[in-house]
Amino acid sequence: MVAVESRSTAKTVVTATINGDEVQFLAEPRQTLLECLRDVVGLTGTKEGCSDGNCGACNVVMNGHLVNSCLVLGVEAEGATVTTIEGISPSGELHPLQKAFLEEAALQCGICTPGFIVSASELLKANAHPTEDQVRFWLAGNLCRCTGYDKIVRAVLHAAEMMHPSASH
Amino acid sequence: MTQTADRPASVTPATSPTRVIDSNGGANRIISTGEYRVVGTRPVRHDGVDKVTGRAVYGGDTRLAGLLYGKVLRSPHAHARIKRIDVSKARALDGVHAVVTHEDLPKAEDREVHMGEGEGNLKHMSDNILASDTVLYKGHAVAAVAAANVHIAEVACKLIEVEYEVLPAVTDLRAAMKDGAPLVHPGTTTVSLGKDTGKVSNITKHFRMQQGDPDAAFAKADAIVEREYVTATVHQGYIEPTNATAMWNRDGLITVWTSTQGAFNARDSTAMILGVPVSRVRCVPQEIGGGFGGKINVYLEPVAAILSRESGRPVKVIMSRAEVFQATGPGPASWTKVKFGATKDGKLVAASAEIAMESGAYPGSDTGAAAACIFAAYNLEDMRVDGYDVLTNMPKTAPYRAPGAPQAAFAAEQAIDELAHKLGIDVVEFRLKNASHEGTLQVGGPRFKRVGAIEVLEQTKATAHWNSPLGTPRPGHKRGRGLAIGFWFNIGLESSVSISVNANGAVTLIEGSTDIGGSRASISMQAAEILGIRVEDVRPNVVDTDSIGYTGVTGGSRTTFATGIAAIEAAKSVITQMKARAAKVWGVPADDVTYDQNGTFSCSTDAGKHISFQDLAAKLDATGGPVTGVGNVNPQGAGGAFATNLVDVEVDPETGKVDIIRYTAVQDAGKAIHPSYVEGQIQGACVQGIGWALHEEYWMNEKGEMANTSLLDYRLPTTYDVPMIETVIVEVPNPGHPFGVRGVGEVPIVPPQAAIANAIHDALGVRMTSLPMKPSVILHALGTI
Repeated sequence: MVAVESRSTAKTVVTATINGDEVQFLAEPRQTLLECLRDVVGLTGTKEGCSDGNCGACNVVMNGHLVNSCLVLGVEAEGATVTTIEGISPSGELHPLQKAFLEEAALQCGICTPGFIVSASELLKANAHPTEDQVRFWLAGNLCRCTGYDKIVRAVLHAAEMMHPSASH
Repeated sequence: MTQTADRPASVTPATSPTRVIDSNGGANRIISTGEYRVVGTRPVRHDGVDKVTGRAVYGGDTRLAGLLYGKVLRSPHAHARIKRIDVSKARALDGVHAVVTHEDLPKAEDREVHMGEGEGNLKHMSDNILASDTVLYKGHAVAAVAAANVHIAEVACKLIEVEYEVLPAVTDLRAAMKDGAPLVHPGTTTVSLGKDTGKVSNITKHFRMQQGDPDAAFAKADAIVEREYVTATVHQGYIEPTNATAMWNRDGLITVWTSTQGAFNARDSTAMILGVPVSRVRCVPQEIGGGFGGKINVYLEPVAAILSRESGRPVKVIMSRAEVFQATGPGPASWTKVKFGATKDGKLVAASAEIAMESGAYPGSDTGAAAACIFAAYNLEDMRVDGYDVLTNMPKTAPYRAPGAPQAAFAAEQAIDELAHKLGIDVVEFRLKNASHEGTLQVGGPRFKRVGAIEVLEQTKATAHWNSPLGTPRPGHKRGRGLAIGFWFNIGLESSVSISVNANGAVTLIEGSTDIGGSRASISMQAAEILGIRVEDVRPNVVDTDSIGYTGVTGGSRTTFATGIAAIEAAKSVITQMKARAAKVWGVPADDVTYDQNGTFSCSTDAGKHISFQDLAAKLDATGGPVTGVGNVNPQGAGGAFATNLVDVEVDPETGKVDIIRYTAVQDAGKAIHPSYVEGQIQGACVQGIGWALHEEYWMNEKGEMANTSLLDYRLPTTYDVPMIETVIVEVPNPGHPFGVRGVGEVPIVPPQAAIANAIHDALGVRMTSLPMKPSVILHALGTI
């Protein structure tokens, strides 16, 4: 018989800025940010693929850093600024990456798509004109099982061009 | 049901010129035969915006008032007898609402039932949901808990006391086949060629497919190659974990929200396991995050349902990634011995094979399909395949994209390559000389109808890739190029579509096929083509099992084919009804009304009378009320497809690492309805095949436990592992579909493993006989370890 550890389940009030809105939510110490976003706050656009940091489906931006939200505790979001797929385009229009994913048919089942778009948006902030190799290296933490990555890489390159047309075009 | 596969004259192109279309800077090409207004274009998919914004609701996103969270307690042993289960401590934990075991399922009869793409045994299905007296693999479900949150449910699972008597286990296919191996099911005897041999064994079934006299034919061969090959257990690796949510209402009606490849199949399986009529279960298919065959069988739906029955509240269960690996059906490990004989002028004269595949904890593997595919690419009259289904203490294996065919091709296509080398004939020319065509005999049955093996090989030979040099490897590395061809069947099965006309001329399309990778678009495009409207004016909806006619699983590469035919039938019915309305408006007989593909109704007896689809749609109220067209089909004209892969590898002989340098896939799509999604299926399957070829496998330890249960350790290919995948879509129309559609989803995973193996041989001069071809296997083949 396995001993059951006694764990505190007392909830903490967490105040964070999520997608530009100040949000307060209750988090148990053992709940991940992914679980809090999905089950407590109700932002289910962030997906669970593995819950152990290996697939990138739960990528969000926290305080300017791309994170796997399954590896961050909900209580760590206290005072933080968090951007999820739902807030990737504050204007309400589609983000160029979202447009490019649609035009390039860069999704099939779509479960990895929010993570890829959040991750790629951080790439394009750091590097407005990435090469194919740079796109592939950056996105190596995001797993997709449907597309073979070809059209995803093309969509990111296309979005970069939409956002910052290069002089040669 | 209407059974129809007539090619409507109105959509047949006047001529069928072959047109070459390049996209993505020439990387992807279509050898097109047939021009249409909508079919063959690349619109944005209808569900696209929801999926790029995170609004699409997948199974795990299901939210209901009063929702509880479930967790399953699983066996820590690969094989054990359950002596005692005590759930009392778990039940007493605060926040726990229900605890269930096999006792909470109805007693299942030991009988065969129709499921998904084949047959299954009801008792085995029930025992796989929650083990009765014996656990047969590590991860086998033993009990389940519903609690206020998943953490409480996990704690409660640890409070369940289970006393096991550990039994000897066997997880390796070849070990399981030996006399004296631990028996997965005591008393199982081998049924050979339909007769029970009485021999106690894990080999449950031996069957044979034979044409002609292969033994006599081998005697005429000048050159023979015979080799054995093995492949490891692999997983489909869908990114969305298996999940189910259920509500057992107090009126006895059960609703299941789940990610499934077939809502009706999930409904039927759940009802059978729960012992209730299908009419008491409604399955609501949520968006599905990948399946590849792995989301046909039910695992959690009946568990969530009985947890809901016991708690009176809706219950959601989501597997962890480790549970997905250990408790859902992987694709089977295989052993294949294959033999080909040819005359010195390069004519194949005979072939034989023995194929064994693991079925896991319960009988029923992919061996039949593997046997039927292994020689499909070649024009042979004398051939034989012996197949064996083998029990192991592994999860019950499940379909995985072209089930069995990649394992078979890994063997056959390497042996063919070797035979070509032995005869001194170019590997493309040898395949072309012996390629299947209309009239070629199949080992498992009838002669082929129109198939595109020759066209696919000819286009492979014409690619820039085939006609380019290998290039210079990095210092100390070696490069090689490999080719393989693969075949996979398509199936028909039931599909139902209804189309309702809105007053503005846009239509609503209702379908039962779950959309795993863009089929809302491919179905809507076929409807729009017939209706003469824009595809943007078709709004497709995938609905629950109470809202549409019976529709089979999204599997067998059938959806764009069969559900497409249902949509075409529904659209034709709409047009017929709309013609009657135009006739009413004009006061002429319905036969006088014609319709053209640009969306205009005209009167053949009065040249001045025309009305657009949109304008007529606005007059439905006044002319008799709504117009809805229905298509219910079970089409028989499915056409199988061939695909080739060309791959360049660079191997480091010091470390055994294999890099994929260049990759081209050529495939007969019949007619590519939405070429981007056909390319996507091809590219995705190639990369899945690269993972299968080079690193994916279940690492089983001596205790019969999978040791690599995370995506990091199981190691799916990442963006950085692979190059762009160049595609060539060849269109050899399937005569059984109005637009010529062949299924495209499965066949592209058949050639990669063999093509990569042949490329490694080209680079290193050694033959690869096992999957995965990981560094240690390469070094072993080179004799350095």
